[in-house]
Amino acid sequence: MTSILTNLFDGVAYGMLLFVLACGLAVTLGLMNFVNLAHGAFAMAGGYVCMVLVNRMGWPFFAALPLAFVSSAAIGIALERTLYRHLYARSHLDQVLFTIGLTFMSVAAVDYIQGSSRVFINLPAGLQGQFDLFGIGIGRYRLMIIVICGLLTIGLQMVLAKTRFGSRLRAAVDDPRAASGLGINVPQVFAFTFAFGCGLAGLGGALSAEILGLDPYFPLKFMIYFLIVVTVGGSSSITGPFLASLLLGIGDVAGKYYVPKMGPFVIYTMMIVILIWRPNGLFGRTAAR
Amino acid sequence: MSASSDVGFHAQRHARWHYGEAAFWLVVLACGFVFPTRYLIMTDILRLALFAMSLDLILGYAGIVSLGHAAFFGVGAYAAGLLALHGIINEPVLALIVAGLAAMVLGFATSFLVIRGVDLTRLMVTLGIALLLEALAERFSNVTGGTDGLQGIEMQPIFGGIPFDMFGKAGFFYSLAVLFVLFLLARRIVHSPFGLSLRAIKNNPLRAAAIGIPVNRRLIAIYTLAAFYAGIAGALFTQTTAIASLDVFAFERSADLMLVLVIGGTGYLYGGLVGAVIFRMLQEVFSTITPQYWQFWIGLVLVVIVLVGRQRLHRWVLYVPNLVIKQVMGRKGVVAVPESDA
Repeated sequence: MTSILTNLFDGVAYGMLLFVLACGLAVTLGLMNFVNLAHGAFAMAGGYVCMVLVNRMGWPFFAALPLAFVSSAAIGIALERTLYRHLYARSHLDQVLFTIGLTFMSVAAVDYIQGSSRVFINLPAGLQGQFDLFGIGIGRYRLMIIVICGLLTIGLQMVLAKTRFGSRLRAAVDDPRAASGLGINVPQVFAFTFAFGCGLAGLGGALSAEILGLDPYFPLKFMIYFLIVVTVGGSSSITGPFLASLLLGIGDVAGKYYVPKMGPFVIYTMMIVILIWRPNGLFGRTAAR
Repeated sequence: MSASSDVGFHAQRHARWHYGEAAFWLVVLACGFVFPTRYLIMTDILRLALFAMSLDLILGYAGIVSLGHAAFFGVGAYAAGLLALHGIINEPVLALIVAGLAAMVLGFATSFLVIRGVDLTRLMVTLGIALLLEALAERFSNVTGGTDGLQGIEMQPIFGGIPFDMFGKAGFFYSLAVLFVLFLLARRIVHSPFGLSLRAIKNNPLRAAAIGIPVNRRLIAIYTLAAFYAGIAGALFTQTTAIASLDVFAFERSADLMLVLVIGGTGYLYGGLVGAVIFRMLQEVFSTITPQYWQFWIGLVLVVIVLVGRQRLHRWVLYVPNLVIKQVMGRKGVVAVPESDA
């Protein structure tokens, strides 16, 4: 019984992490309809920035996290303004090719700069180990992830639902033409959102170094996971990807624990079945695309 | 002349063999005699060309974007490997066809998943299938050899008479023959009414359906055929290298394949062949400059190609040959311009 709950806890932490990593992609892919396979590269960038700051320069872990966010967002906005925006109107094939190219470049570049082995971020002592709560083993680090990611999710939901920027974004997504007719600077809204999504990915990358492992192949290894979150969750709201991430996280952890030999098999089968069953995602509304 | 405005007339004229095409194949054949020390890399190029041609059939003609074409390549590779390893079918050509058929069955089964949904769903489903097969191959390591791959494959002589030699000469001509035969078949298919209907589907599925083309059935047919081609390419890989390992399913293989096709251009069948040559040469150059990091440059090539624009790039490349042909043959002769695809 307790092992089930511990697994559930780990799965939730994993799922939350996936959500923070992938929710930027939900915006680019779902809202802007841009197939960005290079999303993992931004996450990796954040992770490596955090690693360098903490391990080499001796920054405290919690000070390095915001910087991971900022650096990934900066890279994101730079690329968005220079390269990505030219491709919004292009075919999906072009977008796929372009972002695969970017991914390959990022993999080789990080390999060149930091070496190909897995890196670890030195965690403060307070985050290591686990404690027992009613007999359930709770890892401190995972608890922190749940707290951070939970707060982020609530924050995101509030921003989307309550603020002026949120309503602009929703308007721009629903109907870019009408939105720009109303005086909303649609490209600017998209650029901001893109950068913010990249920043979140960077933060997620920094947080995930401990759990998912951080090496130059990160963008390729987890690309499919991010895509699953977005396609299964649908992209019409933030709740869809969130629930999909939780489902994926719990399913993956449970799958690895209970049927270790089938491993990724479970996840991929689930994804294909769901996509066939509901091509617009489990929680998506039918969108004409 | 009223006939010249007829679609059928144009289609027939387009389907006729050009001198350039004959010359192309003669050059390829001549390569086999001119570079006797380079059989291995040339065989590699031929395999890649066949694989790319397979993707061209669905991407260039039917407009299906696939990120997991390596699935069929892998199935063909493992099928050929297992057939040879366990001595089930010793005759390479027969084994090749059986391996192709195995991939074809998978292609047929998965085509129903692929024709559903939009581009994005297709991307995900094709990618998912390839990953699924990779996971399966890893899981059933007692059959596939796991991460070590199939080892100790010994190929019997082709038709019982021509043995595979260690310089790869037989392998090269064998691959070339297979490629040529399959090319002829593909050429026949894409210029048939069936092939024309595929183009109609690619340009506008709704309109194609409105004029009475059974869209889904056509897509299933071409997807299955492409799977057969990819399976043959995979089987050739196993037969000429005598190994089959997990990386036949790798995502990089599918991604590289797209690059090959994009370099060569889609929708005129030669794209894969030309692209394969250029891609391997690029790879050679990059890996001599930076052995470990050639992927960076491959990525850069992709990014640049997309940013410059594939159409524009192909126009530039075809500019000089077109000029030459116009000088030699007058106004009428124009080399094939790759179809726009989007």
